[in-house]
Amino acid sequence: MVRNLEDKLFNAVVYTILAFCALIAVFPLLYVVSVSITPFGEVLRNGGFILIPREITFTAYKTLLTGSNLPQAFKVTVIITVVGTAINLVLTGLMAYPLSRKLLPGRQFFLLMIVFTLIFSGGLIPTYLTVKSVGLLDTIWAMILPNAIWSFNVLIMKSFFEGLPEELFESARMDGAKEFRILLQIVAPLSVPVILTIGLFYVVGHWNEFFQAIFYVTDRTLFPLQVIVREILMQSQQPLENADNVMPTQTMQMASVMIASLPVLIVYPFIQKHFTKGMLLGSIKG
Amino acid sequence: MVGNALRKFGPFYLMLLPGVVYFIVFRYFPMYGMIIAFKDFAIMEGIMGSDWANPWFKHFQTFYNSPYFEQLLTNTLLISLYKLVWGTVPPILLALLLNECRVKWLKSIVQTLTYMPHFLSWVIIFGILLALLSQNGGLVNRWIVDAGGESIPFLTSTDYFRSILVGSEVWQNLGWGAIIYLAAIAGIDPTLYEAARVDGASRLRMIWHITLPGIRSVIVLLFILKLGHLMDAGFDQIYILYNIQVYPVADILDTWVYRTGLQQLNFSLASAVGLFKSLIGMALVLLANNIAKRWGEGIW
Repeated sequence: MVRNLEDKLFNAVVYTILAFCALIAVFPLLYVVSVSITPFGEVLRNGGFILIPREITFTAYKTLLTGSNLPQAFKVTVIITVVGTAINLVLTGLMAYPLSRKLLPGRQFFLLMIVFTLIFSGGLIPTYLTVKSVGLLDTIWAMILPNAIWSFNVLIMKSFFEGLPEELFESARMDGAKEFRILLQIVAPLSVPVILTIGLFYVVGHWNEFFQAIFYVTDRTLFPLQVIVREILMQSQQPLENADNVMPTQTMQMASVMIASLPVLIVYPFIQKHFTKGMLLGSIKG
Repeated sequence: MVGNALRKFGPFYLMLLPGVVYFIVFRYFPMYGMIIAFKDFAIMEGIMGSDWANPWFKHFQTFYNSPYFEQLLTNTLLISLYKLVWGTVPPILLALLLNECRVKWLKSIVQTLTYMPHFLSWVIIFGILLALLSQNGGLVNRWIVDAGGESIPFLTSTDYFRSILVGSEVWQNLGWGAIIYLAAIAGIDPTLYEAARVDGASRLRMIWHITLPGIRSVIVLLFILKLGHLMDAGFDQIYILYNIQVYPVADILDTWVYRTGLQQLNFSLASAVGLFKSLIGMALVLLANNIAKRWGEGIW
């Protein structure tokens, strides 16, 4: 009896704390959503705290989507994400597959070449000078190519490939398939979980692109979403230099935050179960 | 022989080619470019054409003697250490709680919701922080004012800034950090719990005597590996969140390199600081990996 009561009490405590954690994770976002669809006057009057707004308006979204450079930035971000992820996955796969073949001469050398970049890097300034000297400054490629391969992802993919049964490759070779064909038609379909996981990492990385843009790009029409959103957010912090600019209201700021995060939030639940698996694979075998 | 091997392995090298080119151009060429830390780099002259600095360690000396040296190093290490501690304990606690959760749907909801912030960019989190903490219109300050208090400039005050850095990072990574501990817990032999239950152990005792010791090696390993990144206090986060008022407590090596190099175009000095940071960082990672190996599991 006592045991039972103790157990129930224990469960109650556990569930309460867990519910609290979930609330803390999600509350700030709900608040942002609510501010973004509440008329600004209402936000001011009600002391801001309105999880279920009494009045709903989408004017902030409308203003942002028609009268600002957000749509242009959205386009840039979509291009970077689609093109960038495609390049990432192709290059990562092309590297990981040969390196998963244990008999490949020079395999150790190439692996070392990749691992070394995990512990030492040229740093910001020399990398900037490199990007400049290959002529990528102020092009969309400056936000794609300098990070075309994440070393760690090559290692994750490589260890996934190593887990595939050797007989598959042998029999395919017997049937006369060439290596490129094996990679494309046998390895790739079997590697969907790892491709999805790594793909998601790359997608999120590109979607959240900020730093390569501010390092390498000065042309405003090439700014991605995150850079523009930060500008909108900063405008409340400092007085504007030219008074013609309309100061964005908090409603508008939060709407811009939502526009920039919504795609990730929508895609995320669908791939969640894969990345948990993939992430573990990476961290254990990496 | 050679022809045979080439036929066999040729396609593999062909596949490797684009990646190798990438690594040479974007990863190894910058390492070569680091020599500008030892030169008086003039952008017109290029890396080769610029004169060597006199003495060769001139820029390192300049940095060492500047008032920034101590401040940057202190900030970098302090912020890093705070994050190390606060980034380790809460995820472990969450993993323990999730493991004790007997209601499946609750467990999966909590996991889904707590992983989510990991995918938000720092710009988005900056926006969220503004909504909650800004002095005019932030939710928390409205509460404070409604309760009769004075509003607090959380985001521009040196008193709060580090806490905000650490707090927002904990928020972002709580759930994500718990994944690996959950996996380690799943690997614990269930018969241990059976035996403990027969002996009449309470669930708290089982956590203390079975679960925690069971994941001890993972905890230690991750902690050591994180120690290797002590010189990275989180450039992305700090650059996006900080402002001039909080430089004294928030400016780290990386943010200073960015401002000095790319904004003030002081390439050689910034590279010298970057090289200093990379070298110490590398030493720390190698050291950490060595210690981790002694615990039975290095990363390579």
